[in-house]
This record gives sequence, C-alpha cells and structure tokens, in this order.
Amino acid sequence: MARYIFRRLMSLIPVLLGVSVIVFFLVRLIPGSALQMYLGTQVEATPAQMEELKRIFGEDKPVPVLYVEWLGRLLHGDFGYSLRTGREVLPDILQRLPLSFELTILALAMSLLIGIPLGIAGAVKRNPVLDVLIRITGLLGLSLPQFWLASLMVIAFSGLKGFIPMGNYVPFFQAPLENLRMMLFPALAIGIGLAAVIMRYMRNSMLEVMQMDYIRTAEAKGLKRKVVIVRHALKNAILPVITVAGFNTGYLLGGAIVIEEVFALPGMGRLALYAIYQRDYSLIQGIVLIVATMFVLINLLTDLVYATIDPRIRLDVKKE
Amino acid sequence: MSRIFKNPIAVVGLGLILLYVAVIIISQFWLPFDPLQMDTANMLQPPSLKTGHVLGTDEFGRDILSRIMQGAGISLLISVSATAMGAVIGTFMGIWSGFLGGAWDQWIMRLADILFAFPSLLLAIFVMAILGEHTYNVIFAIGIVYIPQFARIARGAVLSVKNNEFIRASFSSGANKSYVLVRHLLPNIMMPIIVQSSLSLSVAILLESALSFLGMGVQPPYPSWGNMLSSARKVMMLAPWTAIYPGLAIMLLVLGFNLLGDGLRDIMDPRLRNVQ
Repeated sequence: MARYIFRRLMSLIPVLLGVSVIVFFLVRLIPGSALQMYLGTQVEATPAQMEELKRIFGEDKPVPVLYVEWLGRLLHGDFGYSLRTGREVLPDILQRLPLSFELTILALAMSLLIGIPLGIAGAVKRNPVLDVLIRITGLLGLSLPQFWLASLMVIAFSGLKGFIPMGNYVPFFQAPLENLRMMLFPALAIGIGLAAVIMRYMRNSMLEVMQMDYIRTAEAKGLKRKVVIVRHALKNAILPVITVAGFNTGYLLGGAIVIEEVFALPGMGRLALYAIYQRDYSLIQGIVLIVATMFVLINLLTDLVYATIDPRIRLDVKKE
Repeated sequence: MSRIFKNPIAVVGLGLILLYVAVIIISQFWLPFDPLQMDTANMLQPPSLKTGHVLGTDEFGRDILSRIMQGAGISLLISVSATAMGAVIGTFMGIWSGFLGGAWDQWIMRLADILFAFPSLLLAIFVMAILGEHTYNVIFAIGIVYIPQFARIARGAVLSVKNNEFIRASFSSGANKSYVLVRHLLPNIMMPIIVQSSLSLSVAILLESALSFLGMGVQPPYPSWGNMLSSARKVMMLAPWTAIYPGLAIMLLVLGFNLLGDGLRDIMDPRLRNVQ
C-alpha cells in the first residue's frame, strides 16, 4: 500500500506543475499588463518610478524566468499580493476556504444519503413502473440547474427563520447548529445532481451484483433477503459508487461557486467572482491554483480509498 | 438509426429537442412581444392570458415568454458551437494520440490530464475572466472544457478498434494510414463520440446559463436564460415567475439532451440493454 501511495503521489507532480504553467501563462495572455491595469490611465509615473514598479510587479525579466521565480515563491507559500487591496492573497483565500470546504462535504453527504438508499431500493424492488420513475427522476436531477434550484429554495423557504442565509452567515465553530441549519439548503442545491448520478450507479451496480452466483448461493443456503442485500451484495456493489462520488466531489466544489453567490455565503466562490469582477488577477491566479490542487488531491484520495477497499487495485501496480 | 425510434427514452428526448428547434425557428419570424422593448406601465405583471403576457413580465415590463424564446436561440447556438469545438478538436487529438501512439500519445494525454485537474465550471470562469465577457468567448471557454473529454473517449475507442483483424487486413492489402483512418477507424468510433456529444450538449447548456447567471456570458439587454435568472434575483420574491420560467426552459432542454444521450447509450451498449 505504501508503494502504491508513493507512486500515486509522484504522479501528481507533473500534473500540478502543468496546472501552474497553464495558470501562469493564461494570466499573461490578458491584454495589458497587471502594472498598466494597476496604474490606470490617470496616473503618471516617472521613468525611475516605472522601473521600480516593474520590479515590484515582476515585469522586468523574461517570462520563463518570471515563471520559475513565481513557482519558487509559491512553494514557499507566497501567492503574491492582491492588485486591488494590496493584501497578501493566500490568507484571504484560506480564510474563505473552510466555508466552501464544509459546503462541499455537506453536499457530498446529502448526495450519498439520498442516492444510495434510492439506488438500492430501485434495484431490489423490481417493478417496471418504479424502474422508469427512478430513471426519469435521475435524469431530472441531472438536468436541474443548481442555481435555479437554489433560487427556488430562496423563494419557497425564505419564510422559514434561520434556514436561508442572507448575509448573516455564522461559522460552524461559532454556532454549529445555526450554521448547519443555514447550510442545509445550499448543500442540497449542490448535491442533488450528484445524488441523481449516485442513485443511477448504485442501482446499476446493485443489479449487476445481484445476478452473481454467490448471491444465489447465499439465498439458496437460506439467508434472509435483508442479510443477503446488506452483507453480501451492498459491499461489492458500493465500490464503483464510491469512485463516482469521489471523482465528482471536485464538481461539487465548482458548484459551490455559483451557489455561494445565490445564498450570499462568504466562501471561496464569492471571492473568485469578486476577483473576476475587479480584474484582480493575482487573486484569481491564487484561487484557481488552490481549487485545482484540492480537486487533484480529492481525486487522489478517492483512488486511495478505492485501493484500501479493493486489494486488486493496489496489488496490480505492475500491470499499468 | 431506426432503433432510436424503438427506444422511448430517446424518442422523448429527441421530441423535446425538436420542440426547442421549432421554437427557435418560429422566434426568427414571430414573437409575442418585442423582447427588448421596455414597458414601464406593465412592470412585473403576473402570467395572464388577458394581457397577452402568458408567462408574465420582468422588472422592465418586458415579456418573459418572448425573452425565453429569443434566449433559446442564443443558448442553443452557444452550446452547439462549444460542443462542436470540443468534439472536433478533442476527437482529432484523441485519434492522433491513439493511432500514432508513442511520444505524441504521451504528450497529448498528459495535457488532457492537466486540463482535467480543473473543475469544469472553474476552468470556464477562468477562461472567461481572461478573454473578457463576450458571447464568442463563452463558446471558447466551454469548448476548452470539452477537449480533454473527447480526446480521452476518441483515444479509447481508437485503441479498442486499432488491433482488429479488419484493420490489419486493410493495411496488408496496401491501404495507407489515412485511408484506414477515414474508411475504417472513423465509422467505428463515431457512436461513442455521438453519445458523448449529446451528454456534453446538456452540460454545455448548464455551463452557459451558469456563466450568464454570474454575469460572464451573454450580456444584457440581450436575453439568455442565465442572465434572465440573474436579473430575476432582485425581484423574485415579489414576482416568482421571473425566476421560475427561464429555469424551466433550461431544465427541459437539458433533460432532452440527457434523455437522448441515455437512450443512445442503451442502444449502443447491448450489455446495459439487458440490465435495464
């Protein structure tokens, strides 16, 4: 297992390097330099001041050199300074991170809690009407625009006191119950699409497993159906579902960007939008880097969970 | 092709899509009201047959049905173009990668891995932030998200077909690479690409509406479903219809593409056909 983890960690390095290259050079594509944007058209600077500013903004060297220097600073935790507020970028991002992270985890929990039982029910109770119903509900869940669902929730439940967070967000560690109450609908709005996906996978996977010989054996030796389903079928059927859920967690993170905006939650998504509206490119750069890194790490974690449950994956290292 | 019509899910999906196409064609010639014309006397009118505003009016008194109808064309145009861009470039890269193999394969697939490291909405928003808000840029931003997806699928399909007897037979009877590629390989990998296109179209509509909702897509006063929902946010407590109908329009079209894609996958994959 240790070798497997090491191998997977090593494989992240080129991907993360690639991500940093893309983020760095895409931002350089923006017409007009960060410095020009900072100065605007009104401010006049003497040549000496310009030289100094160029040095501060890192525009005094060839781009590849700048990239290497930038990467070096990143590795030391220096993500640069905001072009608008002049503050360090990283602390601002880290301050917003917990909310988005909590929202993502809650959304994942919601989708599992909704998707897995419904998926099992759909597979176990073979009934053509229910089959079609589940399939249509699944596709409907996939087709719902998250931000529309969120808007509808705001319209429908704004009367319920404390449920719709409108600018009165409280952090989890300050007031856990209140926090969870106002995170309920946002998490549901993000998670419902994934719940639909999980339901479909759970059902298909369960159906496949239920046709296996060992299930028939278990039933033939007189085990109760409930025991067969929970102890024998579910254990194997849930594997692909975990993978799907894990790989989609990153998309929940993306969904959080829009949903935070609808519910006025002060998370990383809103910070990203603010940065974009303000054209604060060093802040955008930082957020994109952090989110992409989290996305890659979540995928790695999914692989590891999968490998822990299924020994075939980690023992099959050489085959790849 | 005839099997599509035997699959009820695909038929319903296709029906929904054709309905939208019909609405778009009609909207080119006739709309109930001018979708851009402000009418302050009729602000936030609820849906009513009497006034002719079947789905009500928005905060500027503009007819919501007319705006949804005009927005349909814009949304579909963006989604289809973006998917086409992703599908053509991605498939080309995937075929190249799978067919030629070697160093190219390595480079292209590593590049796809890197693009996969960004959540799609974040990548689209990032690209929009760099290119600036413009309708053409939305197409580009969503298209980029799709390139790696199509590249992987095309590559996988090529690899699974490449070593078949009939490909080798064609080579040994003197066919050159491009002949084999066009005559034998392409027809055999088309099906997974078509299914992926249908599913990608559904996501493209959602991405486009999310971008417009965030103010980075189609710019007002031109209607898109996303920016209609965005401006509805200010008034939706008073006038819920401003938020309900544009979202419904998005959902039904997305559902159409999802149903079609799902049905096509059933038809294509006999393994799933039996499992149901």
